[in-house]
Amino acid sequence: MSRAIVSIQNVSKLFGSKVVALDDVSLDIEEGEFFALLGPSGCGKTTLLRMLAGFEIPTSGRVMIDGEDMEGVDPNRRPVNMVFQSYAVFPHMNVASNVGYGLKVTGVPRSEIDAQVEEALALVKLDGYEQRMPSQLSGGQRQRVALARALIKRPKVLLLDEPLSALDAKLREAMQLELVRLRNAVGITFIIVTHDQNEALSMANRVAVMNGGRVAQVATPAELYEFPNSRFVADFIGKINLLEATVAGMENGRLLAEAPGLGRVAVPFSGAAHDEIGLAIRPEKIRLDRGEPMEGRLKIRGRVREIAYYGDESHVFIEDGGGIIITANVANDTRTTRGPVSVGDEVWASWAPADTLVLTE
Amino acid sequence: MKTETIAQPVNAVGRAPRLRAKRRILPLEYTRWRSLQVLLAAIFIFLYFPIVSLVAFSFNNSKRNVTWQGFTFDYYVKAYHNAGLHEAFIHSMIIASVSTLVSTIAGAMLGLALYRFRFGLKGFVDGWISLPIVIPEVCMGVAMLAFFALIDFPLGLTTIIVSHIAFSIPFVAVVIRARMAGFDESLEEASRDLGANQLQTFWNITLPYMVPGLVAGALLAFTLSLDDFVITFFTSGPGSTTFPIKIYSMVRFSVTPEVNAASTVLIVLTLTLTVIAMAIQGRSGKHMAAK
Repeated sequence: MSRAIVSIQNVSKLFGSKVVALDDVSLDIEEGEFFALLGPSGCGKTTLLRMLAGFEIPTSGRVMIDGEDMEGVDPNRRPVNMVFQSYAVFPHMNVASNVGYGLKVTGVPRSEIDAQVEEALALVKLDGYEQRMPSQLSGGQRQRVALARALIKRPKVLLLDEPLSALDAKLREAMQLELVRLRNAVGITFIIVTHDQNEALSMANRVAVMNGGRVAQVATPAELYEFPNSRFVADFIGKINLLEATVAGMENGRLLAEAPGLGRVAVPFSGAAHDEIGLAIRPEKIRLDRGEPMEGRLKIRGRVREIAYYGDESHVFIEDGGGIIITANVANDTRTTRGPVSVGDEVWASWAPADTLVLTE
Repeated sequence: MKTETIAQPVNAVGRAPRLRAKRRILPLEYTRWRSLQVLLAAIFIFLYFPIVSLVAFSFNNSKRNVTWQGFTFDYYVKAYHNAGLHEAFIHSMIIASVSTLVSTIAGAMLGLALYRFRFGLKGFVDGWISLPIVIPEVCMGVAMLAFFALIDFPLGLTTIIVSHIAFSIPFVAVVIRARMAGFDESLEEASRDLGANQLQTFWNITLPYMVPGLVAGALLAFTLSLDDFVITFFTSGPGSTTFPIKIYSMVRFSVTPEVNAASTVLIVLTLTLTVIAMAIQGRSGKHMAAK
């Protein structure tokens, strides 16, 4: 299991002489993984994916796929296939010709192609669509054609460039499950590029968060969410309350920090922290009380400024006297139209010390 | 009971005119403005009446083309048996076919190169290729004549073909370039990704996309060549008279229905080609439109 099918070693990419798309990126992706490259637009994730496909050439560094150096290897000779963001389904060919294209151009005999096309279309649940033209298909169906067309080549790695961004919300959710099912069915490595954290967290078993051409953190979805290594990752993955604090010292494996609104607090921390740190708390870890919460919890007193209702939960925005705004997610777990708090209420927001993240970067 | 049953249809009929009453013209419904309808009709008459009358008078049974004397096919037969006209027609077809073939291929290559590549003098080449489109034809003609005189090349069909290729290439290049502007480059990347080499990708993906542009460009080149007078006039030699030049020389004596008949044949020919071209474009354009 733990064999690197894709190994990216100190890769940098410059466009022109100034624009740095990738800055000394190193990544190992293991065989059979569902790996996600996640980041805001312009972070270099698409450039990295296109580099694996052979459409971009690294300015420096090495790309290895299945143990082979990919330098000088043309896109048509690489053991990877790509599903493009625009799907790139050939508009003048019917579904069967599209799916069979990769076999036809490499000289696979006609009789074999037909059988494999049938199999590939069944895999993506498009059987019976052989004779349709792409213009007669919906967006989701075109994407399935693009998937079948890539999978029929039996690549070592399937590359997916923002595959769900053009679909509507309901279809996107269905396709997420579908992609996971497909990956389990064919058992090959999937690398997906996305700017949508929900997509990355729900589908991938490992995620690389990228920012400004660098890899900020590589971890499992749960690790990324609960133990982000920097302010950027904490902020990019999910929602977070960030309080800037200054270090006051260490005490029995706890970090003493001073933050406006919180006062002096002690949170569990192992590691080295300098003067300035960020204390971060996920909104769903915060509890709201009308009375003062019990001893030992970190707490801020404030007034409810706004409530955003989402059905399953409500996001409550609390402002203290000093301008600090805390967001708390309150689950609407009883059937009522009146929430536990309303705008203008004086409340205490509190959380356990162990739920506090210390961010040094 | 009887009155009631009658009353209902009457009522329904009585309501009908109110439904059909003149609807207010909405701000963007220009086609419902009376004045614009009249203008449109006037423009159509102005544009097409001469052509209709030309075709009509080709069937006129009269030596002079002034009054209608009766219907006849005589002048078609006459035109067909006019050896000079016949020869000029053959010349025009040869010139148009060869120049269309060469200029479509060369123009498509040029258009594709301008779409695809960035190179040092691209801006210069870009402006320069449209030069033959904008400079006056008579200047082109003089320049061509001077050039052939300079290299001491005898004027004839070859010189006409070369000149026609020269002025057709830019038109084809411009059309191809416009066509390629809407091309999704990831189609080519997808083809490469699926194992096709550059040549296979061009043949299977890029070329089919270009087809409507190629057809339009070829049609443009063909019609430009077929009816070119000025440049052909300068670059033709003895024995290389083309159809337009022949008609011009016939008109100088008198406008007979024979000239009308010959012109009508030319109109029918170009119309047929246009319809075929549009059918081809429509067929391949339909699938290409949806990405």
